[in-house]
Amino acid sequence: MPVLTLSDHGLYCPAADLYIDPWRPVDKAIITHAHADHARPGHQHILASRESWPLLQHRLGSTTGQALRYGEGISVQGVRISLHPAGHILGSAQVRLEHKGEVWVVSGDYKRQSDPTCTAFEVVPAHTFISEVTFGLPVYRWPEPSTVFAQIRQWWDDCAERGQAAVLCCYALGKAQRILQGMLGAERPIYLHGAMQPLTQIYRESGVQMAHADPVPVKGTDLSGALVLAPPSAVGTPWMRRFNRVSTGFVSGWMQLRGNRRRRGFDRGFVLSDHADWPALIQTIEEINPQRTLLTHGDGSALTRWMREQGRDIAALHQVARNAQDDG
Amino acid sequence: MKAFAALYAALDASTKTQHKRAAIVDFLRHTPQDEASYGLAVLCGYRPRRSISGSRLRALAAQACGLPSWLIDESYHHVGDLAETLALLLPPAEAAQSRPLSYWLEEGLPELARLNAAEQDQRIEQIWAELPDSERLVFHKLLTGGLRVGVARQSVVHALAEFFDEDAGAIAARLMGRIRPHPEWLQELSQPGRADVLAPYPFLLAHPLDGEPQSLGPTDVFLAEWKWDGIRAQLVHRSETGLWSRGEELIDGAFPDLCEPAKSLPIGTVLDGEVVAWQNQRVAPFSQLQRRLNRKRPSSGLLSEVPARYVVYDLLEEAGQDLREQPLQHRRQRLQALLEAHNGPWHLSPALAAADWAQWTHIRAQARDEGAEGLMLKRLDSAYSGGRPRGLWWKWKLDPYTVDCVLLYAQAGHGRRSGLHTDYTLAVWKGDELVPVTKAYSGLSDKEFLALDRWIRAHTRERFGPVRSVEPAQVLEIAFEGIQSSKRHKSGLALRFPRIARWRQDKTAADADHLHQLQALLDGVPA
Repeated sequence: MPVLTLSDHGLYCPAADLYIDPWRPVDKAIITHAHADHARPGHQHILASRESWPLLQHRLGSTTGQALRYGEGISVQGVRISLHPAGHILGSAQVRLEHKGEVWVVSGDYKRQSDPTCTAFEVVPAHTFISEVTFGLPVYRWPEPSTVFAQIRQWWDDCAERGQAAVLCCYALGKAQRILQGMLGAERPIYLHGAMQPLTQIYRESGVQMAHADPVPVKGTDLSGALVLAPPSAVGTPWMRRFNRVSTGFVSGWMQLRGNRRRRGFDRGFVLSDHADWPALIQTIEEINPQRTLLTHGDGSALTRWMREQGRDIAALHQVARNAQDDG
Repeated sequence: MKAFAALYAALDASTKTQHKRAAIVDFLRHTPQDEASYGLAVLCGYRPRRSISGSRLRALAAQACGLPSWLIDESYHHVGDLAETLALLLPPAEAAQSRPLSYWLEEGLPELARLNAAEQDQRIEQIWAELPDSERLVFHKLLTGGLRVGVARQSVVHALAEFFDEDAGAIAARLMGRIRPHPEWLQELSQPGRADVLAPYPFLLAHPLDGEPQSLGPTDVFLAEWKWDGIRAQLVHRSETGLWSRGEELIDGAFPDLCEPAKSLPIGTVLDGEVVAWQNQRVAPFSQLQRRLNRKRPSSGLLSEVPARYVVYDLLEEAGQDLREQPLQHRRQRLQALLEAHNGPWHLSPALAAADWAQWTHIRAQARDEGAEGLMLKRLDSAYSGGRPRGLWWKWKLDPYTVDCVLLYAQAGHGRRSGLHTDYTLAVWKGDELVPVTKAYSGLSDKEFLALDRWIRAHTRERFGPVRSVEPAQVLEIAFEGIQSSKRHKSGLALRFPRIARWRQDKTAADADHLHQLQALLDGVPA
């Protein structure tokens, strides 16, 4: 029997009777990280990393279960389980399951780029590796984060010169904090949308160094020259009316394509992703060198075909189709 | 090309006209004249001739990237733009070296066009090894002939006016005609009276009449003509002869049967009218004219099978004299006299007579029988002012036909819609089978396209490269202007100018229309 199977509740380990990032409430769930499409409410017992725990408590309300240090192992009905850093966001984990000598590793979401806001991805040898594939084409090759932060600062300077507020849209969990970290040392004020406040506070309490940021002040305050971080959903709402003169930007791996950027209607797009790009996907599979690779989360057809041509055993882990562009 | 690449990036990044204009002024101010002159020409639509096909570039890129060609193709279909795909895929330059835009337009690309295929391959590999990253996108846009800057001519004119501190009208006049850049072109444009001898006049465009015609007041101040189903064009005959499309492109190569006879007209004549296909002494369907478009040199067989004719409705210049300030009534009298004195493959667009709006409504209803799409209403006292002034010319089109179709296949669009499934193949019922009748690309809002794209991704049955077949469930109401029989389509007919009128989320596939309803339309029997 395989260590993991796919059930209608999500990825399931029959031997230990637990799920990984299930999309319906279950008794026992391992949660790889605190993003909403992985951490859903309603589970009885949760297993997650220590760094993830405060974020999960904030997002899910009361949580019962166990927090593990990276690398710390527990046994559940003969299955040896441990969590290992995935480099995606604070507390993000890969799941290693070992049963009767057979090792499976589930990557969760991951990246290989440097990111001081979370622990770097660890290569964990496995017989079967289940990898995410959000950006599964060679056109996705990320620029260096330092380059992107320099672009953001340049745009911010230009906005300030024109007397505009620079409203930068990004995911509230992970991306916002990564940008704040990249803005360390900035001299003009930075403000945070309300949705980002508590999450950023948790990052600070976990010891992550980031630029100072205040809550977005009440209407009537002059915000020209400021950098304002906000979730993409804030654009087009009355919330935006507080900015007299404004330029909008969006930070996401999807901004790699001009079509995406123009369609979203933002003035600027910045390419910074918390997911592995094409070279990182290949590098990771090669470094782990599993006997078998299964792909999930997105369109893995090109990566599958490419890796098969390189002689790899690889297939798609069929999962409920997610909207290919709801994450970034 | 560094400065122009930066300008392109700035124009591409902004959605606001004022930013675009400021970026152009900035470029003109801070760029050496040589680069600025050529950059300006590209902004005005100047393009090098395309010398290498997209598929050859993809094959070369596969080699250069060390990727299989199918993966290059997948990437291209995903991105929806070849130049962008290449810019993203190619490995970094080994020895980056920036060359001026003038080099590429005057030497690099023309030389490439003169090489044989094997030499071209070699040269392109060499270019890739030297091309700086920031110039890749623009270079490949120029190479593939797909450069669209997304700046209206008007913005360029206003930017130049600001740069020269001059009147925009004067600048616009100097920019009319052929764009032939050289290193001092910018300097030359700053001086008055340097227009191209072939320059047309800015077209006077009509406003669509959406409401009741009675709102226009009395009928007797208007001239009514058929709205011909052809392409609008100005014929210019001065010391040279040319035919200009409404997009201000020279199209005389495609219509030697109009331009050669036009040389018999008096020197200094500029006409405005409609180029149509002419068969059996009448205007042929637009599909016939289409066979003549975008051809550099039509064959004699095609010329005799589908002769072109010019239906003329305005005289803008006579004996070198600009008549545009004269009232239409006067211009038309002069035009009539001119055409009576000079025979050729042209005729005056007839004036239609009617006493009141009721009669004109009745006449308009017969437009399709005449090969027209409706009526044009032009004020008899109107001057020919360029642009789209309100109230002078009205186009009063027939309501389009509509048909409810089922979405069968979808493909990702290009440009602004790359990565989004916006190109649809649509079908109607033939018995209990769905047969494709048309494709449609436009008509939904961005929001609707996004929603339908999501649905398509979630309901894909099969993928054939970039094309997805979907569950036959979504009904789109397609508006179209006409219908012709066609051997190329499985359904045996082809729709003219199809576009999406509405997404009929209230209907199921079973509610879609049947082929015999369209066939009845083809046969002229009311469906």
